[in-house]
Amino acid sequence: MIDLSTDYLGLRLKNPLVPSASPLSRDLDTALRLEDAGAAALVMYSLFEEELLAEDAMLDRFLLHAELGHAEADSFLPSHGKFQNGLERYSSHLHQLKRRLEIPVVASLNGVSPTGWVELGRALELAGADALELNVYHVAADMQATGEAVDARYIELLTELRRVVSLPIVMKLSPFFSSLPHVVRQIEQAGAQGVALFNRFYQPDIDLDELCMTDRLHLSTAEEALLRIRWIAILHGRTRLTLAATGGVHSESEALKLLLAGADVVHLASCLLREGPDKLTEILAGMQNWMEEREYESVAQMRGSMSQQNLSDPSAAARASYRRVLDSYSPRPGVWS
Amino acid sequence: MPRTLTIDGNEAVARMAYLGNEVIAIYPITPASSMGEWADEWASQGKVNLWGAVPRIIEMQSEGGAAGALHGALTSGALATSFTASQGLLLMIPNLYKIAGELTPFVLHVAARALATHALSIFGDQSDVMACRATGCALLAANSPQEAQDFAVIAQAATLAGRIPVIHFFDGFRTSHEVAKIFAVEEDTVRAMLDPGAIAAHRARALSPEHPVLRGTSQNPDVFFQSRERANPFYDAFPRIVQDAMERFGELTGRRYRLFDYAGAADAERVIVLMGSGAETAQETVDHLNARGEKVGVLKVRLYRPFAADALLAALPATVQAVAVLDRCKEPGADGEPLYKDVVTALAQAAADGARAMPKVVGGRYGLASKEFTPGMVKAVFDELSDTAPRRQFSVGIHDDLTHLSLPWDASFRTDASRQLQHAVFWGLGADGTVSANKNSIKILGEATDLQAQGYFVYDSKKSGAVTVSHLRFGPAPIRSAYLIESGMAGFVACHQPMFVDRYELLEHAAPDGVFLLNTAAPPEQAWATLPTSLRTQIVEKRLQLWAIDAYAIAAEAGMGRRINTIMQTCFFAIAGILPKDEAIVAIKHAVDKTYGRKSKRLVELNYRAIDMTLAALHRVAVPAGPVPADASVPSPAAPVPDFVRDLTLPMYHGHGDALPVSRLPADGTYPLGTAQYEKRNIALEIPVWEPDLCTQCGKCVFVCPHTAIRSRLFSADAAQDAPPTFKHVPAKSKDFPAGTHISYQVAPEDCTGCGDCVEACPIHDKSNVSRRAVNMAPVAPLRDDERDNFAFFLRLPEFDRSLIKHGTIPGSMLLDPLFEFSGACAGCGETPYIRLATQLFGDRMLVANATGCSSIYGGNLPSTPYTVNGAGRGPAWSNSLFEDNAEFGLGMRLAADHLMDYAKQLTKELATDVGGDLAEALVGADQREEAGIVDQRRRVEALLDRLSASTHPRAAELAAVAEWLVRRSVWIIGGDGWAYDIGYGGLDHVLALSYDVNILVLDTEVYSNTGGQTSKATPIGAVAKFSAGGKATAKKDLAKLASDYGHVYVATAAYGAKDVQTLRVFHEAESYPGPSLIVAYSPCIAHGYDMLYNQRQQDLAVKSGHWPLFRFDPRLAEAGANPFKLDSAAPSQPVKAFMESETRFAMLARSHPEAAQQFLERAQQEAERRFNAYRDMAQRPADEPKSGA
Repeated sequence: MIDLSTDYLGLRLKNPLVPSASPLSRDLDTALRLEDAGAAALVMYSLFEEELLAEDAMLDRFLLHAELGHAEADSFLPSHGKFQNGLERYSSHLHQLKRRLEIPVVASLNGVSPTGWVELGRALELAGADALELNVYHVAADMQATGEAVDARYIELLTELRRVVSLPIVMKLSPFFSSLPHVVRQIEQAGAQGVALFNRFYQPDIDLDELCMTDRLHLSTAEEALLRIRWIAILHGRTRLTLAATGGVHSESEALKLLLAGADVVHLASCLLREGPDKLTEILAGMQNWMEEREYESVAQMRGSMSQQNLSDPSAAARASYRRVLDSYSPRPGVWS
Repeated sequence: MPRTLTIDGNEAVARMAYLGNEVIAIYPITPASSMGEWADEWASQGKVNLWGAVPRIIEMQSEGGAAGALHGALTSGALATSFTASQGLLLMIPNLYKIAGELTPFVLHVAARALATHALSIFGDQSDVMACRATGCALLAANSPQEAQDFAVIAQAATLAGRIPVIHFFDGFRTSHEVAKIFAVEEDTVRAMLDPGAIAAHRARALSPEHPVLRGTSQNPDVFFQSRERANPFYDAFPRIVQDAMERFGELTGRRYRLFDYAGAADAERVIVLMGSGAETAQETVDHLNARGEKVGVLKVRLYRPFAADALLAALPATVQAVAVLDRCKEPGADGEPLYKDVVTALAQAAADGARAMPKVVGGRYGLASKEFTPGMVKAVFDELSDTAPRRQFSVGIHDDLTHLSLPWDASFRTDASRQLQHAVFWGLGADGTVSANKNSIKILGEATDLQAQGYFVYDSKKSGAVTVSHLRFGPAPIRSAYLIESGMAGFVACHQPMFVDRYELLEHAAPDGVFLLNTAAPPEQAWATLPTSLRTQIVEKRLQLWAIDAYAIAAEAGMGRRINTIMQTCFFAIAGILPKDEAIVAIKHAVDKTYGRKSKRLVELNYRAIDMTLAALHRVAVPAGPVPADASVPSPAAPVPDFVRDLTLPMYHGHGDALPVSRLPADGTYPLGTAQYEKRNIALEIPVWEPDLCTQCGKCVFVCPHTAIRSRLFSADAAQDAPPTFKHVPAKSKDFPAGTHISYQVAPEDCTGCGDCVEACPIHDKSNVSRRAVNMAPVAPLRDDERDNFAFFLRLPEFDRSLIKHGTIPGSMLLDPLFEFSGACAGCGETPYIRLATQLFGDRMLVANATGCSSIYGGNLPSTPYTVNGAGRGPAWSNSLFEDNAEFGLGMRLAADHLMDYAKQLTKELATDVGGDLAEALVGADQREEAGIVDQRRRVEALLDRLSASTHPRAAELAAVAEWLVRRSVWIIGGDGWAYDIGYGGLDHVLALSYDVNILVLDTEVYSNTGGQTSKATPIGAVAKFSAGGKATAKKDLAKLASDYGHVYVATAAYGAKDVQTLRVFHEAESYPGPSLIVAYSPCIAHGYDMLYNQRQQDLAVKSGHWPLFRFDPRLAEAGANPFKLDSAAPSQPVKAFMESETRFAMLARSHPEAAQQFLERAQQEAERRFNAYRDMAQRPADEPKSGA
């Protein structure tokens, strides 16, 4: 019997497949089906800072202060004694998931500003989360902001949260850092237990009919796993942090490659959204088959076996592969001639 | 000490009514609405009554419906109540007779309000209650929020014991909306007051199949009369029963009341008799006068019906020589108002019996529609009583220069009690939170100190840019001052809006050596220089401390956007000195916790931060010593205005309406059109700027403008030769017009509300910068002067020939002059564009019947009128009858128009020889469906009048008098969904069922907007509204579909923000259809809970999601053999969820009742699909056979 277990943020998981933050965790039944399908842990959908801010604005403007100075009406909607804010709803859902699921549940915070995290973090710890995923969805668009300042923003947030919660924290990062390994080291020093690589910025599109920006969701593709494979390979063995691979896992192939590169866990979302919980079972079985065929005994055995540790100079190797790939590309016949 | 509460009269009453009742049937009406809303909110929170059950709260379709439901509940054994006022009370009268006739215990709580006569008024007097004198209900008057609470319990105890139903009333607004610190009546007290035996007896009388009886027989001359007399003993006993309840209440609470409470000198010579809040002011004045050696008193009437003359006589000192009885109502044509006549009768009978000498008794009217009633006026009445020959009938509080009935009064008279109070006055904008902050401050002071507290709020007649003035009083002794803070009394005056310094007499209320707090963007050292001379002079003369704060800057910095209420409240506590500063700050923060704590810690923190920042940023401004130099600038001469506007409109607008004498006012409530243009409210911070180089002249900006503040006009280029230099105009792009025709899109900078809807509607993007459109918002300050001149020039341009314009296109129709402009509607209102459109197309021939509601308020609320006239002086003739009868009212207009047209035709035929055969024939047979036909007919009528003037025919003058009716009139029946779906549905249905040519425009906001967002039958499933706190459980009524079932009614739904071309088409088709037409128009409203900037986007979403399908049903098509049903919107391309999630009215339910929200969402989706499919099926149905003759 192959040992699929892995360590994730100090938690022992039965296998490395963990559904990442997605709408799938909004519904208790869906979460139970994921558990039945073999998920080793569950990252909840993200609690978005913007959502809380928008809710506050709605509350303030349309419920608490809707008066317009006319004698016949000083409000337009009934004020609710039992109005639950976003955090309360999230916490109570987390509580419910914890009560019904046996696998660990990770709460996910997604935000941009340096305020407000302390309250959120504390509340989620109280609600029973096993760990916190901190997704700093920050697009560094300010031309005055230096790379250091961008890095510092992440570290400050983490430090602030670390101060008040004792839960394991995993930071979900974007790939856009001048020196990702350095950022990871700072994150480790600031007290996190893991990093998840990488979050996917939902990139705005242009609507040619309306001439406006749109923000339609594009699910990931397997191609996207390549970026993760590289950076996990580069980081494996050089940090004590849990390495979680997220983005682009659509079959056992990507999952296995990521484990070989050094991932401790592999997150799944797009493939589950598209194909349902059975996909998780299928990937798990596929991984097991592949490992059996090649007589691997455990995930631990294969994890990182193809990481930078087996290469002399990871950055040189990376560069070499870049040159090789570009040079090897030849256009389709007929394109140029 | 009993617990105190700082609440308004309505909440105080609702608390008691809720505890002691089981069924509460209501209908919203100002100023009683909030009582029902409280009850509904408590029920939705599961709060229980005395017997551990949650009362059933039911909103009915009208007050008549509520009364019927109450009657049924009462006769079936429940304890039931309701809250109402004014027209609502009138609608209950038939049932009140029944309920009383059947000796049913019941209390109706009434926030007494004026009745609509020459005009509607939402304000307080006792006309409504007086109209119920004969119903058989007892009438019990409370004079203050404390008494309103106490009497709510006493009334219920008495009605249970004595079986006479009680109308418990208190003055609308002055008591219903006054926030005061009162001693709470606790649940145990209510329990101890209500006799379980009496409740059991009520239950035992209930209709029951277990022991059936029959009630409500029809009686004949033999026994009806005797039966009426049979109830006499109950009325005879009732005063004693009420007095017993009062005494029991006194034992329980220490607050003792009598049927007639006398206050004043035991040996008084002059006494005023009255009931309601004015009695408190009278007592305050009596105390003051007696302290100066006068012998005066006030007799407060508590129980007015049954009228206990013996109790009145017993309460009135034997020494009284002169009595003034004051009525807060008017009975035109009577030789005195009701209370006066009752008192006269009581005294005369006593005198006749020899029980006491007959004093002089006079009667006066006061306080109609919340007219102020001050100590100065009370003193004037006492002074009149001192006269050897006092006027038998008088009025007080107005200047009657016509019939000379009014008493003069000393406006500078102040009482000792008033001088011992601290007064504070706050000027704010309706939307800036000033009122809510002040309510909060009163609560803080009421709860944190032993001080008595009172707050009263004066609102605006506008819904956009409305000004509020808050009047707060604090003091150690009970506050009896039921009148506004008087001039020179306020130790603290705050101006929360910088632009007010030039507009209002902010410091009229300020007391010498007081404090003036100003919110200004100017730094403290420059603040003085920004003030106008008049304000500076008053600051110096009154030796005021001037304090400045830049509240908007702090709000922005603290992350609170433009919310300044907490900041200004902090300033008040920091400098008014009513509480020690530190204590006050702790109390404000505590209040912030209470408001936001359970809902958002982030908002708590933001407010905390704002409070701390405010304390650091509040500065005292140095006032230069010495006299203020005179203003060197010469005021620009005022533009000439019509006499009516000069004499009436502008004084009202400037807040001087109280000073207008009787003779100045129209006798019958008839007002000229077109006066809104003179207000120039200047409330926009940004206005649209037209970019002619980008503009395609599509007209959409004009179409969507809710305030008619952006317009387009055609003119010959020559006409613009003298244009101001910044006036923009370009050649018209359309080839329809003669060469050299120019077009301008012009903003009215002083009338725009800055909603930005025009920019959102603009379909044009600069190809190099998509953010730049053909119209863009820009700060008003640098533009105002130029654009004012430009707009004035624009209006002077000659009207373009309407016959050259295509009325059926958006660009064309938007070139037609609007005859509805600058209304007081909310910024971004979704209703007004429909009305403006109708006036552009048909305004010169419109007769409008307008149901009470938002559209009658922004359409006809003084001081000004937005309906206006064209160059020829023609325009919509508008009237509002009631809320419930609008369809019938409009039908009456149609009947009159049709009859008088027929009559005029008949006379024309009779006078054909004098008139000329051809002309007569043309006049009688004119086709006037289209505008060209109407124009031709008007020319014929002119010719007719010309010939008639030379005619010697004996009926020539008769024809001349009705000749104008030969021109077809376009009758429009306009109202909201509250009218059309609920209270007026019976009448609407009846008018639809007839064949008369009326155009019915339903402005469907899906909620009662005007009274503050109560559920109507137009409210969609899953929407939260008042009385649907847990989400409306049923789908909205499909009014358009129901009307189309008749087959002969033209019916259409419209949503201009989704499909303006369809809307335009619908208006043309409806108007041209020679039978009843119904347009159900989707109207975004602030009650939906989103920024009205997105008004059009939400309409689009409503249509695209299937929430609001667009269709037209045209019976003319059926007659021509085609399918009359045309579906104008495509199959839903968005889920209903996308629509619902974007509006707070739906989105909040996911926060309060998530599971229900999810279920409603699913049902709403099903409902949208079901409706669309049904419509699609109808649209695809093969046409019926053409009717014969078609």
